[in-house]
Amino acid sequence: MSTVKALRQPASLQIVSAGFLLFWCVLALFPIAWIAVMSIKAPLDAFAANPFDVILGPATIAQGNGLTLADIAAALLGGGLAIWFAIKVLPGLVARHVPPGYRPLGWILALIGYCIIVLLAGFILLPRLAQAVNAAMALDPVIGFTTQHYHAVWVENAFWQNFVNSAIVTTGVVTISLTVGTLAGYGLSRSGSNLAFWLLIGALVFRALPHSVLVAGYLPVFINSAELLRPLLGENAPTLYGQPLAVIIVLVSINQPFTIWMLRSFFQSIPAELDEAARVDGCTHFQAFRRVIMPVMWPGVITTGLFSFLLAYNDFLVTSLLLDQSDMTMVPAIAAYFNRETTTTDQVQAIAAAVSITAPLFLLVMAFQRQIVSGLTAGAVKG
Amino acid sequence: MRFRTFAAFVAPSLLLMVLFIAAPLTSVFVQSFFVTQPQIQRVETERCTAGFLEQQCTTEIKNVPVLDENGAVVTTTRFVGLDNYRAVVRPDRAFAALSAWDWQALMSIDFWKALRFTLTFTLVTLPLVVGLGLAIALAVNNTMRSIRGPVIFVSLLPFIVTPVIGALSIRWLFVGDGILTRAMEAWSGTEIAMFAQGWTIELLMLFYRVWHVAPFAFVIFYAGLQTMNRETLEAAMVDGASRFERLRYVIVPHLMPLIVFVSLIHLMDAYRVFEEVVGFRSQAHVISLQWLTYDLLQPDDAGNRAVSRASASAMLTMIGIVILLVPLLRKSWRDHKGAR
Repeated sequence: MSTVKALRQPASLQIVSAGFLLFWCVLALFPIAWIAVMSIKAPLDAFAANPFDVILGPATIAQGNGLTLADIAAALLGGGLAIWFAIKVLPGLVARHVPPGYRPLGWILALIGYCIIVLLAGFILLPRLAQAVNAAMALDPVIGFTTQHYHAVWVENAFWQNFVNSAIVTTGVVTISLTVGTLAGYGLSRSGSNLAFWLLIGALVFRALPHSVLVAGYLPVFINSAELLRPLLGENAPTLYGQPLAVIIVLVSINQPFTIWMLRSFFQSIPAELDEAARVDGCTHFQAFRRVIMPVMWPGVITTGLFSFLLAYNDFLVTSLLLDQSDMTMVPAIAAYFNRETTTTDQVQAIAAAVSITAPLFLLVMAFQRQIVSGLTAGAVKG
Repeated sequence: MRFRTFAAFVAPSLLLMVLFIAAPLTSVFVQSFFVTQPQIQRVETERCTAGFLEQQCTTEIKNVPVLDENGAVVTTTRFVGLDNYRAVVRPDRAFAALSAWDWQALMSIDFWKALRFTLTFTLVTLPLVVGLGLAIALAVNNTMRSIRGPVIFVSLLPFIVTPVIGALSIRWLFVGDGILTRAMEAWSGTEIAMFAQGWTIELLMLFYRVWHVAPFAFVIFYAGLQTMNRETLEAAMVDGASRFERLRYVIVPHLMPLIVFVSLIHLMDAYRVFEEVVGFRSQAHVISLQWLTYDLLQPDDAGNRAVSRASASAMLTMIGIVILLVPLLRKSWRDHKGAR
């Protein structure tokens, strides 16, 4: 007991430590939270000098866009209900109704269904309900709230097209890089040869390359690819420049060094006795990989998939140089907004676009916090 | 595992890496010694207009690009040696500036400007990231278990947010009528323009990068603290080590491999600084090496991309990466030999 008492810290140190932590949390959250608040206010409020004007939005209320107490209560209740359902009820439902072999498919379907229900309830049912309550109780709005900028960005400026492009590129990158990466990661983790070592070192060197170096290599080839590939493919040789598919392959390759390092460290944590046992039972290497190792590898694959997703989703350099204006993904498309950011309305629209890009990432951290942390530390375990 | 099986497992990944990383790298290396230009020919044309007594004719000599039968511009590629590198580094101007001790003149050359910023950026952010990450890890380790989850969630946000968007979100706080600029103006009573001069932008860029990477350092150090041996700490206490001495002589040495790991990753990533220049739109004041290559690759007003010069600038950027990698590779080679 005495050692525990001795390890206890003086109150002053605890206060300093807690205060520092609070300071860091505010610092971490503030820029993102603040642009989220700005994006739902009229331009006059969003760039007001008084911070309380930005939060409460008097000019926005004056335009007739505001939330009453009943609206806020409905939003909190609905949001809480949705999160509670996702965390407590949904996993149980999937576990009960999906046969064991089809778990990933079941999860995807369940999540899609869940999203549809939440969107329907959140955007159609709840507002109606809140409106009825407001009318009945004659409540006045207390906080300014407008979706006009989101409407302008997504509908008028066709940001949904960029969203679709982003979705195509990220899905492609995650699927291909996981397929190729798990094979290589498994091979590397089960081979102690010199060749495997040199491959891993090569991958480490490749990981350090600035991406602009590689793009400088792709650009001339991609622009002229129709002529270069004509001898091989005949008349319908494609111009790779501006093709989402080409960008997917490029991002997969750039991501490959990181992916195989990470997957390798996950595979190494699975004992080699497991595949030896499968081999004794008459499996080939590939069968052992498919039927014995992969089923226990899902946590590692999900974690690596998250990081592939982040790379593809967050990329600016490669997508902005290798894609046309017409099929831009979301992140480079935002450059178009801040290049013509002349009026405050334009600025708030750019902010709304930025918040739209951040929202999926926010949900991602919420759902996969543990996997992200384990992924970050998996790389460090080796030192 | 036999070689054939190993090869079959690794082949797809290896093919991708060779095709899309190794091959472009060599092609950039080769490109940096060549220049591709449209073939120009001088065309003498005589234009005659009806005059009063006789036709008035003028001959003019024009430089026009040669077209092939499809109407495409014919280009020639020729070997120029180190000319592309000279065009990027401008050794003549740099030497003149250096011998005259003229820092301003040296900084007017894009390459040196970018190099100066990239190196400052990398070296200044490194201790800040490690220090802040360590401080957060220690503070989180110090709190109640129940609030650790939410704190980690909030801390991950700056790390996960798209770099360009993160930089933009900080930019919007500090633009002319941003909330923090207003607050600083009210507090100091003077007009403040954060984006009118280089050093304030640079300060914001440094702040952004530390804000963005510190969570990564924090998560890794925090994981390291969980494996900390309690008995060693207690032994140090029995020996009369103060709180600070325990941190200095027990905890930091325990975390040392992780500190080295975080530093190396951070050096590599900070050296490639690029998104900050885009997000803060600082190109008029502050540019980085990778942004220089990016800018050369962007089509100019006539739609041409300076691919050769971009290759030269890319190869020059690589030199820094190689210097960073050498100690890392030597260490892993020693580990590998030690393991056998």
